[in-house]
Amino acid sequence: MATLVVLIVFILFLAAILTGGYNRRYLDLLQENWLWNWITTVDHKRIGILYLIAGGFFFLMGGLEALLIRIQLMFPNSKFIVGDVYNQLMTMHGTTMIFLVALPLLFGLMNFIVPLQIGARDVAFPFLNSLGFWLYFSGGLLLNLSWLFGGAPDSGWFNYPTLALNDFSPGPGVNYYVLGLQIAGIGTLISGINFLVTIINMRAPGMTYLRMPLFTWTTFVTSALILFAFPPLTAGLFMMMFDRLFETSFFVTAGGGNVVVWQHIFWIFGHPEVYILVLPAFGVFSDVISTFSRKRLFGYNSMVFAVVLIGFLGFMVWVHHMFTVGLGPIANSIFAVSTMAIAVPTGIKVFNWLFTMWGGRIRFTTAMLYAAGFIVNFVMGGVTGVMLAVVPADHQFHDTYFVVAHFHYVIIGGTIMGILAGVYYWWPKMFGIKLDERWGRWNFWLFYFGFHLTFFPQHFLGLWGMPRRVFTYEAGYNLELGNLLSSLGAILMTAGLLFLLYNVVQTFRHGEAAGPDPWDGRTLEWAISSPPPAYNFAQTPRVRGLDPWWLEKHEGDGKLKPAEPLGPIHMPSPSHLPFVMSLGFFISGFGFVFHSWQVGVLGLIVVVVTMYVRSFQEDPGYHIQPDELKGVEH
Amino acid sequence: MKRCLPASGAAMGILTAFSLLTGCGNHNMSALDPQGPVGKSELNLIYLSTGIMTFVVVVVTVIYIYVVWRYRERPGDEEKGIPEQVAGSKKLEVLWTVIPIMLLIVLAVPTIATTFSLKEKPDPADSLRINVTGYQYWWGFEYPEQKVTTANEVHIPTGKKVDLIMTAHDVIHAFWVPSLGGKQDLSPGKTDRLVLQADKPGIYEGKCAELCGASHSLMNFRVIAHEPKDFDQWISSQQNPKSRPTVGRAEEGRRWVEQNCIGCHAVRGAGYRVLGRTGPELTAFGERTRIAGVLDNNRDNLKAWLKNPQDIKPGNRMPAFDHLSEKDLDAIVNYLQELK
Repeated sequence: MATLVVLIVFILFLAAILTGGYNRRYLDLLQENWLWNWITTVDHKRIGILYLIAGGFFFLMGGLEALLIRIQLMFPNSKFIVGDVYNQLMTMHGTTMIFLVALPLLFGLMNFIVPLQIGARDVAFPFLNSLGFWLYFSGGLLLNLSWLFGGAPDSGWFNYPTLALNDFSPGPGVNYYVLGLQIAGIGTLISGINFLVTIINMRAPGMTYLRMPLFTWTTFVTSALILFAFPPLTAGLFMMMFDRLFETSFFVTAGGGNVVVWQHIFWIFGHPEVYILVLPAFGVFSDVISTFSRKRLFGYNSMVFAVVLIGFLGFMVWVHHMFTVGLGPIANSIFAVSTMAIAVPTGIKVFNWLFTMWGGRIRFTTAMLYAAGFIVNFVMGGVTGVMLAVVPADHQFHDTYFVVAHFHYVIIGGTIMGILAGVYYWWPKMFGIKLDERWGRWNFWLFYFGFHLTFFPQHFLGLWGMPRRVFTYEAGYNLELGNLLSSLGAILMTAGLLFLLYNVVQTFRHGEAAGPDPWDGRTLEWAISSPPPAYNFAQTPRVRGLDPWWLEKHEGDGKLKPAEPLGPIHMPSPSHLPFVMSLGFFISGFGFVFHSWQVGVLGLIVVVVTMYVRSFQEDPGYHIQPDELKGVEH
Repeated sequence: MKRCLPASGAAMGILTAFSLLTGCGNHNMSALDPQGPVGKSELNLIYLSTGIMTFVVVVVTVIYIYVVWRYRERPGDEEKGIPEQVAGSKKLEVLWTVIPIMLLIVLAVPTIATTFSLKEKPDPADSLRINVTGYQYWWGFEYPEQKVTTANEVHIPTGKKVDLIMTAHDVIHAFWVPSLGGKQDLSPGKTDRLVLQADKPGIYEGKCAELCGASHSLMNFRVIAHEPKDFDQWISSQQNPKSRPTVGRAEEGRRWVEQNCIGCHAVRGAGYRVLGRTGPELTAFGERTRIAGVLDNNRDNLKAWLKNPQDIKPGNRMPAFDHLSEKDLDAIVNYLQELK
């Protein structure tokens, strides 16, 4: 109860400050603060940077967890981290990397770049954009606070019952998983819907669907996947939450529940999630390869078609995560064939990338190095994916280090390298300075070599009998060398990423100014200044074809054609409500984790009150007048 | 060594190099060195898919290396102007759509055929049925027709199909003996079947392959394959276990076990009033090769296990018996080691 009273007083105090009811002076001071400006921002570019910062922070957490795992597995029978603690590390590594690192970092790039690529001034729902970020951040924070209060979840990122139920995981760990992901998941869903509407409604005149850059296309398809894949997760997490907090029996076998149902629900979400992660990376690579080969994308239409087809088929393959559950040969065969089918559109993409480079003039900047390196990784990860679809062979591969190797080839080799390529490529646009290329090459080569050293031997470890999710292995079964190499590789990867960190710090201190178009770019974002002004385009551009900026440079006069006269630009006003609403969800989640209904309900009340305030708040936004624009635009 | 290499070994490049460097794993625990027909048919598909995929990798790699080398930017390229902006090529795109489809059909047909054939129900007349139950973190094996129960080590005859009927007691586990064949999940509230066969006598290492809690990594078991007549002998020795040894202070040990162990463990034929079922069966314990699946079975290890089982296998359900005196522990150890 004491906690509750303290919380109520604290919240009332905050409310008084935020509404100016206590003393207007504090409100004014607050509003001039830079931190406050970032918290209340609804500018898609700033929210993009927030995603990158938060995703980067969680990347550090997840990376540290991975490093500890590899240190434990470096030698056989090691006693450094065993049992429950190891399971917590492994669970948090997976959950963090999937939910809090890969997708949010991609969201960061999408947020910053997609509106620029389609010639828009912001996303369709700037308020929801901010809400999506803060929900993701509070969900992620809640999940990670489990390390400090009560122990982290330890039932794997897939969280299978019955292990994840109260009988076998009695602590608060899995509650953190369920509530943290639920909150972060709402944020993701909101962002997905926002991108969909933005891309459908906010394209500049002439930017038809088949003129959209590939990164925008993949964002579009990924958002559609989010729209259909996250609701099953939400439903599943609710059932899990009720089983754990309110004694229901969805998954409790003793109460008539069924453990296989969770697996279906989880993978109906979980497999599309894989494509949610990798498709935007495809988009980044398509843009990067085309730009640095100085050629338009080979087979643009079939590239778009392939992305859509991969997204569609991504919903038809979830059972390949469950080949050993015992669903019978008919189900297994159907899903084996559908899984193999995905290889076809994926193959189309690989060849189109190769032939985009064919006949081009390839500049190996760091971004392009990542893109070129990616093609190798992705072919490796792709072919092992087809091998995993072969049901009888999968009976040997399943839940072994072979699978660990496979999906790290795809997720690090695809998604993470896509993010890194995107960061190097768009960094000048975001901050107006280039990352240093020399440090960039160090970053790339160490990371790339370390990556292969870490994960290539794991294919063999799996085939030689090493299951996944184990904290140790016995000596004398030929597993020593592979594990040692793998751990050394992890250290190299870490070193590679430290170079990136160093690069960022150094270039912020004395980096070279980039100018609006440092790479001889092809798409609209390169036509405006770096970093772009708050309103992006002083005049909405008229798009005349694929690669509109390249077109204007080579067939026009090197200037975008405006689609409207210069006039006042309408801008959305900043709002602190998304932050407060997410704070409410955070408090509520924290309460429910510890079965504290009072705190849980209190948090929900904060949420409802903010929703009420938002619903009846008049928010006309503000206008930037044409005379304020002059001199900014070139 | 040789048969570890895929048919297309020459093309495997670095894969092969790595494989040669470290062999194909331990022959008692490697999916690449199968000791029975199920593992062999799975390995054949691994080879087939590796072969086809190697072909794909080679084609892509050749184009890739050519492109990256030939079209890299060189000094002086600036004067040549911008490269031709090619939109695409219908012919090429059809080509790299159709060829993968054909390759996948080649792979899909044997995949489906084997998927069905591995799931065929064996004829009860020439197969041995064993019920397998997964517990945190040990394995119970029951031979329903022979009325024999054992734990963590399952004995099978060579050359005969073994019909393993599986379920889990608490959480999901997965039964995996890499050198005999692929795995099967054991789910609570669900019964599944896995058919395996060993061709040669030997000890094959088994693992739990589904995360099942703190000691998931240590949930090992062993499949011990005998010639059929040796197997029959083993069965009859299990049916008439020597559970009342007379050597040394065995009788004293038998009483200590009665007082401390039989609430959870069963020793058939020892004259106990109860047969505990929540822990592994201890009948003929002295014959086991390992304790709890992780330690070699000898007196010192058994004593260490009794004193502090949590240290050896964290999170397991066995309490420590460190309150017993050394003498009493020795008596228990003596007795258990004499069970044959």
